[in-house]
Amino acid sequence: MITAEQKPIPEIIQYIAPYGKILLVGCNECVTVCAAGGRKEVGLLASALHLNSMKQGKTIDIKEITLERQCDPEYVEELTPYIDGVDAVVSMACGCGVQTIAGRYKKTPVFPAVNTRFMGASLGQGVWAERCKGCGDCVLGITGGICPVARCSKHLFNGPCGGTSNGQCEIDPDVDCAWRLIWERLKELGMEDRYEDLMNAKDWRPGGAGGPGKIIREDLA
Amino acid sequence: MNTESRLEKILASGELAVTSECGPPRGARPEKVREKAALLKDHVDGINVTDNQTAMVRMSSFAAGVIIKQMGLDPIIQMVARDRNRLAMQSDIIGAYAFGINTMLCLSGDHAKFGDHPMAQGVFDIDSVQMINMVRRMRDEEVFQGGAKIDGAPKMFIGAAANPFADPFELRVMRLAKKVKAGVDFIQTQCIFNLDKFEQWMKGVTDRGLDEKVHILAGITPMKSVGMARYMKNKVPGMDIPDAVIKRLEGVSKEQQPEEGIKMAIESIERIKQIKGVHGFHIMAIEWEEKVPQIVEQAGLYPRPKV
Amino acid sequence: MENFEPEIVAFCCHYCAYTAADMAGSKRISYPSNVKIIRVPCTGKVDAIHLMKALEKGADGVYVAGCLAGDCHFKNGNVRAEARVNRVKKILTELGWEPERVAMVNMSAGMGEYFAQTAREFTETIRKLGPGPGKFAGTNDKAAS
Repeated sequence: MITAEQKPIPEIIQYIAPYGKILLVGCNECVTVCAAGGRKEVGLLASALHLNSMKQGKTIDIKEITLERQCDPEYVEELTPYIDGVDAVVSMACGCGVQTIAGRYKKTPVFPAVNTRFMGASLGQGVWAERCKGCGDCVLGITGGICPVARCSKHLFNGPCGGTSNGQCEIDPDVDCAWRLIWERLKELGMEDRYEDLMNAKDWRPGGAGGPGKIIREDLA
Repeated sequence: MNTESRLEKILASGELAVTSECGPPRGARPEKVREKAALLKDHVDGINVTDNQTAMVRMSSFAAGVIIKQMGLDPIIQMVARDRNRLAMQSDIIGAYAFGINTMLCLSGDHAKFGDHPMAQGVFDIDSVQMINMVRRMRDEEVFQGGAKIDGAPKMFIGAAANPFADPFELRVMRLAKKVKAGVDFIQTQCIFNLDKFEQWMKGVTDRGLDEKVHILAGITPMKSVGMARYMKNKVPGMDIPDAVIKRLEGVSKEQQPEEGIKMAIESIERIKQIKGVHGFHIMAIEWEEKVPQIVEQAGLYPRPKV
Repeated sequence: MENFEPEIVAFCCHYCAYTAADMAGSKRISYPSNVKIIRVPCTGKVDAIHLMKALEKGADGVYVAGCLAGDCHFKNGNVRAEARVNRVKKILTELGWEPERVAMVNMSAGMGEYFAQTAREFTETIRKLGPGPGKFAGTNDKAAS
């Protein structure tokens, strides 16, 4: 899923300072799972913004709503009845959600309340780690199911580099060396000889180097 | 012979080669490059010019390499995958070759986290193995990485690094094999302090006959003090400093430690000379270039052969 | 401000603090009437939003009273509660409110005296801090418009 973290509250306060009526929009997908922008976090942020305006002896009007999926125009349409009654939208979805709202409602400013971080998997309660860079040409089939693009700090394709210490990455002893993991896994699978296959220079186009990505499915579009 | 490289000629002659290195200055001070290179000039066959080493901004290895070349010496320019994409690499390689630089070293590079621009985006468009392959094809097939023909192909003698001490150890010979497959001509190893482990690695190398396909130059670094030894042991990633090294330096007075460090370096060279497959030495005297001539002389590697 | 009487909300676990409050009552150990007790089945049930809403609606201070370390009836509800209290402390700090307005305390069912002491001390802390966020709601709206 896409992971995100709430922005520092002062930054959010700065965005909305000129406005009195706010539509605070959460998303029921990824950001709910990573506890950054679901219904719960919408409630908590709304409350925090109320406590902030109380400090100045003011009141702020916040309408809370959490959409099923903020990156989908069909669900974003649900904001239509409220949009004219507010001065600004604060979105707690990933960047995709923020932009879907901005694209639909041209006259109302929309501000992000979270920083979108990475595509990650859950390692346990409250812990998420990056697992995919969306490079557009998956190599997991030849690297034993461990991604060198997302998990090697230098995304080396023929690693490991010389900085591995006790099996950990040179950048941080808490980060596993991806190539140590790949090697161990290839051994477990009895595929050690795969390691010496040269992986050629990557074509980065499908992963973003070719300009903003777009998928068109003729059978669905 | 593939290139005009002096290092290639020395290695082809069967003599032990000697290289050293010079870190370019952190500012536009060409005289500093000249000073360092002058210290090494009669005692080595090639001078490595580091490329933003430890991810600190310095004069480019290309520019410092040109300065050294203009002194009539032989620079080995280092190039890290961290700072350039394949376009920038290839244009710099052509540019360097146009100035007569004919020997280079392909590296991944230290992560930007360690340097003075930890906020920088690392490029890592291609890795060091892919870089070797690219430079070899530029030379042998006269094509760019993208496939187009080069009009005036750069003929580089291609080097790379190997760290026999980083783990997983069992992968380290295989990693070298990959670089050989990609087309590397010579290897400069990480500083060797754990000689037993180096011998073990070299045995793996010769067992597979890799020493017939690539020239291995053993990395030698003299310790300036016990403090430096401790720092390298604890802080430098991928470094293997046995306790015996630290104990030996501790055993002499602070004033005598530099001398002891040099003695140890010379002893290492003497022992490594006996190892099958080692074709030379790469002496990295970190901010201590003036000691390189002494080490080369006392290790019986002087005078350097004329080729 | 001189006659400021803090309003305190205490979320008390049914298995410990709530019973301790009961014991304080039956032993006639007095504690300030400022403290309004809300019984919860476990402090693990108390979410950050409950603490925030209490402050928003006019409480000057809020605390969560759960079981002693290792004694939670539901394994680790008290640990979770403490993490949430800390999160609210962080939010209050970011907003420029005093983090001392929320607190986590731990006790067993038999600690009636400690319950009363905690209630007294927390009330005094809040009395010193002065009125909480909810007391300021809208006081300045007219001036602003």
